[in-house]
Amino acid sequence: MLDAGQQGYTTADGRRIGGVVMEMRNITLRFGGVVAIKDISFDIREGEIRAIIGPNGAGKSSMLNVISGFYHPQEGEMIYRGARRPPMKPYQVARQGIARTFQNIALFEGMTVLDNVMTGRLNHMKASILDQAFWWGRAQREEVENRKRAEEVIDFLEIQHIRKTPVGRLPYGLKKRVELARALVSEPKILLLDEPMAGMNVEEKEDMSRFILDVNDEFGTTIVLIEHDMGVVMDLSDRVVVMDYGKKIGDGTPAEVRANQEVIDAYLGVSHD
Amino acid sequence: MPDQLIFAMEVTLNGLLNGVMYALVALGFVLIFKASGIFNYAQGVMALFAAMTLVGIQQGRVPFGHLINEIFGTDIHYFGWEVPALAAILLTALVMIGFAILAQRFVFRHLVGQEPIILFMATIGLAYFLEGVSDLMWGSEIRNLDVGLPQGINDSIDAVTFNLFGYGFFIDNLDITAAIVATVLVAGLIAFAQYTKQGRAMRAVADDHQAALSVGIKLNYVWVLVWSLAGIVALVAGIMWGSKSGVQFSLSLIALKALPVLMLGGFTSIPGAIIGGLIIGVGEALFEFAIGPMIGGATENWFAYVLALVFLVFRPQGLFGEKIIERV
Repeated sequence: MLDAGQQGYTTADGRRIGGVVMEMRNITLRFGGVVAIKDISFDIREGEIRAIIGPNGAGKSSMLNVISGFYHPQEGEMIYRGARRPPMKPYQVARQGIARTFQNIALFEGMTVLDNVMTGRLNHMKASILDQAFWWGRAQREEVENRKRAEEVIDFLEIQHIRKTPVGRLPYGLKKRVELARALVSEPKILLLDEPMAGMNVEEKEDMSRFILDVNDEFGTTIVLIEHDMGVVMDLSDRVVVMDYGKKIGDGTPAEVRANQEVIDAYLGVSHD
Repeated sequence: MPDQLIFAMEVTLNGLLNGVMYALVALGFVLIFKASGIFNYAQGVMALFAAMTLVGIQQGRVPFGHLINEIFGTDIHYFGWEVPALAAILLTALVMIGFAILAQRFVFRHLVGQEPIILFMATIGLAYFLEGVSDLMWGSEIRNLDVGLPQGINDSIDAVTFNLFGYGFFIDNLDITAAIVATVLVAGLIAFAQYTKQGRAMRAVADDHQAALSVGIKLNYVWVLVWSLAGIVALVAGIMWGSKSGVQFSLSLIALKALPVLMLGGFTSIPGAIIGGLIIGVGEALFEFAIGPMIGGATENWFAYVLALVFLVFRPQGLFGEKIIERV
């Protein structure tokens, strides 16, 4: 483990990693008799890229769903920014500054790219429904402001050319990028990415990796990502949690994790003789 | 110009205006269906309830008066004041919003994620419940609704057409008013959905619940909003139909007229509801005019349904509905 206290540290490439922003303590999640997550603890530091890896069915997505409030663990607690987080609905978690993308992409297919991205700004709009209905000054000002932020993120992720295209017509790789834009535009404290590179070809993967690094670098966004591709994870992340059959079998820097015998066994298989 | 053609023009015009009235009812269905996938059987009863409440408030009737009198042996019916039309309309709108909140709180919140057929059944229950409440609150007598909308023949159209064709068209002022109100209402709804924060949230929820949750949209809030809008549309429809033919139980049956409109226009399209309404309005008027006399008349009763059936065969998603593509 890295020896860094609550003050944080600076990485080799000069990025500033802060104190712990979220801590999972002894999380256990069951579906009926099936234990999806078993007594897992780990922390997330401000500004870092934290990866969760593991073979299929290891419970990675379940973990992300716990953090984003879609699942509620039976045991354990979550500490978010210094305080214990009570059980919350997904929309409340989102309003606390935790944005996410989905493994199978959940975009508003009938709406344009710009409209999709604008939904990520909904919680930054404070004008009342009356202001909105009559399009009074405040509502109008807000729309312009938020539109500007949306356009910035759209530029940043290089999707200007499809701004007015309905999302349903876009190819898979671009949809993934639009989903990232929608999550990013809400200026999240923590950004959760569920397999951002699943189903992509090498070139698309490289693009997406670049965007993830840029986002982290440019905005200092804390990123938690789930990924299958070991190579990608090792290149991207500062620290890695390894899960297998709902249990944590490794936690540390990519180099540490790579050297962990249990992790090697889980990934390459081990002969039971 | 031959007389038949002039008559046909008048019939078409009246048909168009009638179509607007159908569209008004269909609009309420589309709003709720789009946002929550619920086919709201109660829409017609909501229009009846809104119109009853409006009349009740306007005339200063005591709600649940009959019930109160039965229980306490009193004999009160009126508060003794009259509320001006505009204030009464605003109060009724508040009542419809209250109804939306209650329906969401006690019925639909508990049915999130259920099959559409279950939600549909729930709206049937809601329809009969609301019908009962309406009776209990305001009684079941036929009432006259008058909020000061212009009624009767439009003289200028009569004069202009008389000068042109030597025959004055009979166009009711109420129908013209309804058309104007409906246009403003639809333009307003579309602008609201397109350009406001709440509208965007509404469209987002209609598109994907999970994604909506992940960007911090509270589903309950959006559904209450949608039911409130549907309630207000029901109020407008109730005012128009109530002014035209009195407020009575049969007002709730206008919902049945909206069905063929929806099949034509598609369940998910606001412009579709309007175009569908117009096609049915004109279609049934012209059919009655041209073919009606040959087959004994009263074709308005069934023409819309037959037209809708034909559409169902050739274009099941309606004119503007989302295309149904099932991947195999």
